[in-house]
Amino acid sequence: MLDAAAVLDFGKVTDRSSSLLPLEIEALCYQVGERRLIDRLDLRVDAGPVTVVMGANGAGKSLLLRLMHGILTSSSGRITWGGRELDQDVRRRQALVFQRPVLLRRSVAANIDFVLRQRGTGSRERRQQLLACAGLAHLAKQAARALSGGEQQRLALVRALAIEPAVLLLDEPTANLDPAATAAIEQIVRDVHRSGTKIIFVTHDLGQARRLADEVVFLHRGQVVEQTPAERFFDQPRSSQARDYLAGRIVI
Amino acid sequence: MQDFGQAIVLALHLVLAGNADLMEIVGLSLKVSLTAVFASCLIGLPLGAVLAISSFRGRGIVLVLLNALMGLPPVVVGLIVYLFLSNAGPLGWLRLLYSPAAMIIAQAVLITPIIAALSRQVIEELHDEYAEQFRSLCVSLPSAVAALIWDGRYSLVTVALAGFGRAVAEVGAVMIVGGNIDHLTRVMTTAIALETSKGDLALALGLGMVLMVMALVINAAVMALRLTAARFAYA
Ligand SMILES: Nc1ncnc2c1ncn2[C@@H]1O[C@H](COP(=O)(O)OP(=O)(O)O)[C@@H](O)[C@H]1O
Ligand SMILES: [Mg+2]
Repeated sequence: MLDAAAVLDFGKVTDRSSSLLPLEIEALCYQVGERRLIDRLDLRVDAGPVTVVMGANGAGKSLLLRLMHGILTSSSGRITWGGRELDQDVRRRQALVFQRPVLLRRSVAANIDFVLRQRGTGSRERRQQLLACAGLAHLAKQAARALSGGEQQRLALVRALAIEPAVLLLDEPTANLDPAATAAIEQIVRDVHRSGTKIIFVTHDLGQARRLADEVVFLHRGQVVEQTPAERFFDQPRSSQARDYLAGRIVI
Repeated sequence: MQDFGQAIVLALHLVLAGNADLMEIVGLSLKVSLTAVFASCLIGLPLGAVLAISSFRGRGIVLVLLNALMGLPPVVVGLIVYLFLSNAGPLGWLRLLYSPAAMIIAQAVLITPIIAALSRQVIEELHDEYAEQFRSLCVSLPSAVAALIWDGRYSLVTVALAGFGRAVAEVGAVMIVGGNIDHLTRVMTTAIALETSKGDLALALGLGMVLMVMALVINAAVMALRLTAARFAYA
């Protein structure tokens, strides 16, 4: 596989993500009917570290990610990226990889081309680079939806890279994958991070969090209960909810 | 029974020998209905796509109306188009009445709601799946419409074939605006109606056979298309 950092032009852009960061969230609420699914949430995420968002099922991780990406509109509260409101310009510099890859009913190559064309930056070389980075160059002509689960997610990931995002958001991208496929995704994510792209990675998998995280944001019932550097979080979490979660106890 | 058997033999003979009258009628039928389907797709597909992905007040009412229009009786469509195209009508100056063009217009009016309503269903299903990804990528509305139509191409071709099936088999609309004029506006269905009433069962039966074979071929094509799409994971 081609190194994703090389594809993203490592070195040219140490400031790739800095203009969009810090991400600042104040008193964010997302309400459906009477239920506050995200409840007066405050969070600040700085440029640099791989930020891993953890929390039990239903804690609000996916909602939070969609809200910060702007594909879901909050009920109240404020989200700014590098001091700027979440407008089209800001959104176009972020990419989101979903838990279940949404691939177009086209060939592998056409999936990449679609995104490149959206940004008016398409070229054959670029597409081949991205495919090589996912180890899919030899499958370029195949139907994307006939790929294996791991291959589909790798394609979704490099397709997200086609927009050269300043911030890459990932929502449990390996939840449905086996260990080898998971390792491949994690390796690409590390390379992307090395190129200067900010990573915000949602996972409920402890092992994965240990492997990737520089800092951990722990979510519980729609609130951030702690934000701790990784080296401390796994041994000495501050919140009781995180402690219970790490100990494998059920937190409700 | 003797007559009936004779009629079938004669009909088969007409079809297999490629009788000139019969071929002319079949050819005009195909020309009119295929053109009508093409025009309907040009209007109906984008309309279906836009209805599938947009939300506005009164969308529900529009969908109910569209679904109701799917069941328009051909004679009513024929009558309405006749009123528009007749000398006294608003489009009378075009002098299209009793021409193939009038028949194309009538059939297009008949099946555009079908194409729009069915493609709306197909595309809405697809859009449910793509919506978040498209929003994440900031895909513009025209790009989204084009992408959805392209990605739904296999299902949408079956929609077009359904429209063609309806157009080529209807009698009422083409009878009223075409007039069933020999060598000019006589198509399979109007010819069958006329020849049967005149008692010329052979030609009617021959045309009926062609029409049935066409229906079979269309359905087989739809099935083959579905299988192909599934096999290549484009469905
Ligand atoms: N559109 C919605 N309507 C109602 N409830 C929702 C909706 N979306 C999410 N939820 C609820 O919000 C909670 C948080 O969801 P989510 O962010 O998906 O959790 P997770 O942390 O597992 O990703 C869950 O209890 C879920 O059932
Ligand atoms: Mg989730």
